[in-house]
Amino acid sequence: MAALRVLVGVKRVIDYAVKVRVAGGGVQTQGVKHSLNPFCEIALEEGVRLRERGAASDVIAVSVGTRVCQETLRTALAVGADRGVLLEVGEGAAVGPREAAAALAGLVGRLQPHLVLLGKQAIDDDCNQTGQLLAAMLDWPQGTFASRVELEEGAVRVEREVDGGLETLRLRLPAVLTADLRLNEPRYATLPNIMKAKKKPLEIIPASALGVPLPLPRLRVLKLEEPPARGGGQRVQGVPELLERLRSDGRV
Amino acid sequence: MAAAAFLARGSGAPRALAFGCLRRLHTVYQTAELPETHQMLRQTCRDFAEKELMPLAAQLDKEHRFPAEQVKKMGGLGLLAMDVPEEYKGAGLDYLAYSIAVEEISRGCASTGVIVSVNNSLYLGPILKFGSEEQKHKWIAPFTSGDKIGCFALSEPGNGSDAGAASTVARLDGDEWVLNGTKAWITNAWDASATVVFATTDKSLKHKGISAFLVPMPTAGLSLGKKEDKLGIRASSTANLIFEDCRIPKANLLGQLGMGFKIAMQTLDAGRIGIASQALGIAQAALDCAVDYAEKRTAFGSPITKLQAVQFKLADMAMALEGARLLTWRAAMLKDNGKPFTKEAAMAKLAASEAATAIAHQAIQILGGMGYVTDMPAERHYRDARITEIYEGTSEIQRLVIAGQLLKAYRS
Repeated sequence: MAALRVLVGVKRVIDYAVKVRVAGGGVQTQGVKHSLNPFCEIALEEGVRLRERGAASDVIAVSVGTRVCQETLRTALAVGADRGVLLEVGEGAAVGPREAAAALAGLVGRLQPHLVLLGKQAIDDDCNQTGQLLAAMLDWPQGTFASRVELEEGAVRVEREVDGGLETLRLRLPAVLTADLRLNEPRYATLPNIMKAKKKPLEIIPASALGVPLPLPRLRVLKLEEPPARGGGQRVQGVPELLERLRSDGRV
Repeated sequence: MAAAAFLARGSGAPRALAFGCLRRLHTVYQTAELPETHQMLRQTCRDFAEKELMPLAAQLDKEHRFPAEQVKKMGGLGLLAMDVPEEYKGAGLDYLAYSIAVEEISRGCASTGVIVSVNNSLYLGPILKFGSEEQKHKWIAPFTSGDKIGCFALSEPGNGSDAGAASTVARLDGDEWVLNGTKAWITNAWDASATVVFATTDKSLKHKGISAFLVPMPTAGLSLGKKEDKLGIRASSTANLIFEDCRIPKANLLGQLGMGFKIAMQTLDAGRIGIASQALGIAQAALDCAVDYAEKRTAFGSPITKLQAVQFKLADMAMALEGARLLTWRAAMLKDNGKPFTKEAAMAKLAASEAATAIAHQAIQILGGMGYVTDMPAERHYRDARITEIYEGTSEIQRLVIAGQLLKAYRS
């Protein structure tokens, strides 16, 4: 079976353990700890495992964002990607799923990978759109919410976690897959690999130079606020009182 | 950000809530900017400690159990041979990286921290510096992966601080050295596969008559004393090494004859950075615990963090910790740059160990009754911290070293 070129998308997001704050109408990101999106970590781990099994020859990590995203790509290199590409956008540019998918589509045109692995969603916007949009833009098959990936000759068998249970699809390559939580357990970046990552190539390409016109942003955030503070709980005597309270509070 | 709540690696939501809040506190606590490699390494070590060590630490302490599985995993990450060059299967990093790693590991479990530190600084350290090529390949490479760890045998029942009075002797008998004597307080004794041991080869030369030897474990003529029942760091084994006509090949002499005292002192200089780092990790864990508790505990109508008495304690704790950390990093950076670092390493170890005991003490005070019971880790941090003021040079010895170096500098 011919070894594949695998493209893995990684996004720099606010670290999952940080308590997010809203300031000046937007999420406060200045001075806040960022890290690699956990679902992208899972996608990256799958790519590295494919290479270790001999099914993939090349794992390329790609990120769409500003210069600071280089640190995320270097983490990806430390985990095991062979090289990194930053599709750079200007400071303050809005990069939502549509913009990211368009930039990735441009890179796909240039690199010709056989498989694109993304996380199912980013933990900052929870959009769950980039993989699907990218597949549509490329007219490639998609296997989203993947919990199991098996390569076959010219195809990939994907087990997906869907509302009804598990669905298995067989997709002809090239294809786009998005990783769900149970696909694998990501590895730690070992110290020798952190050292090796320094020598791996990291290319910066302006997103606008990919030849794919970046779509103009179509979304505008009207309002952003923190969820209401949690009120205290109240004890009720039993189910009848519970129902009464739910009704009087207008919840039922 | 609903997805975030489910993302605690490997287990369900409750653990995420328990350790997510401690981690959040530490994330907010900003430290001096480190190079990117070191930040990545700190993240790896922190993730490992939070996932693999923190959940087990209390149990390991209770059972006095050596964390064999975790040691193997740390070997796989490269943490057991951090500044060993790649040609001998090490990670090829520097002492600043080592200090950061030991601190993060110790924050998870202090016993695991000392196991890592002893292997890196006290066992691999002298062999790397004074060993022949052949000795390095034989005694270093197999001790980097976590399969085997080493130990360091200098102290004796009759002398700890007075290292120059080594009563363990080694005499040459044909092609073999024969060792006789007892070494005391040896960390990793029951789990090690080799030791660096110091013995007198020429009593008339006093401390210049001490030499260093490499001894495999187990071996004929070497027996282990009982495992000490310690106040803290209980998951690491501490015992006597008893040499009775223990024979080793002539080639097992480390460095030159009579060089033993010098090897020991230089090794301990570096080891002090390791123990300082362990103390920092214990202190950080204690501070995290104290802040976490104080934010939740209400008294007189508000969380106790509103009280100035508590705030002042936390401020003093944080300052002592930060000061000790910067001293430790400075000592590590001086060593990495090939500069003399004896005084700074002694200062770091002294500052960090005294900070750890003080911080752990106040952490219990802040937790009140909860600090006294095993339900909370504060009591374990208090017990673990205490040894850092004693081993690898007591606080009194550190003061002597610092004064000696200080006066030497003024007089030159």
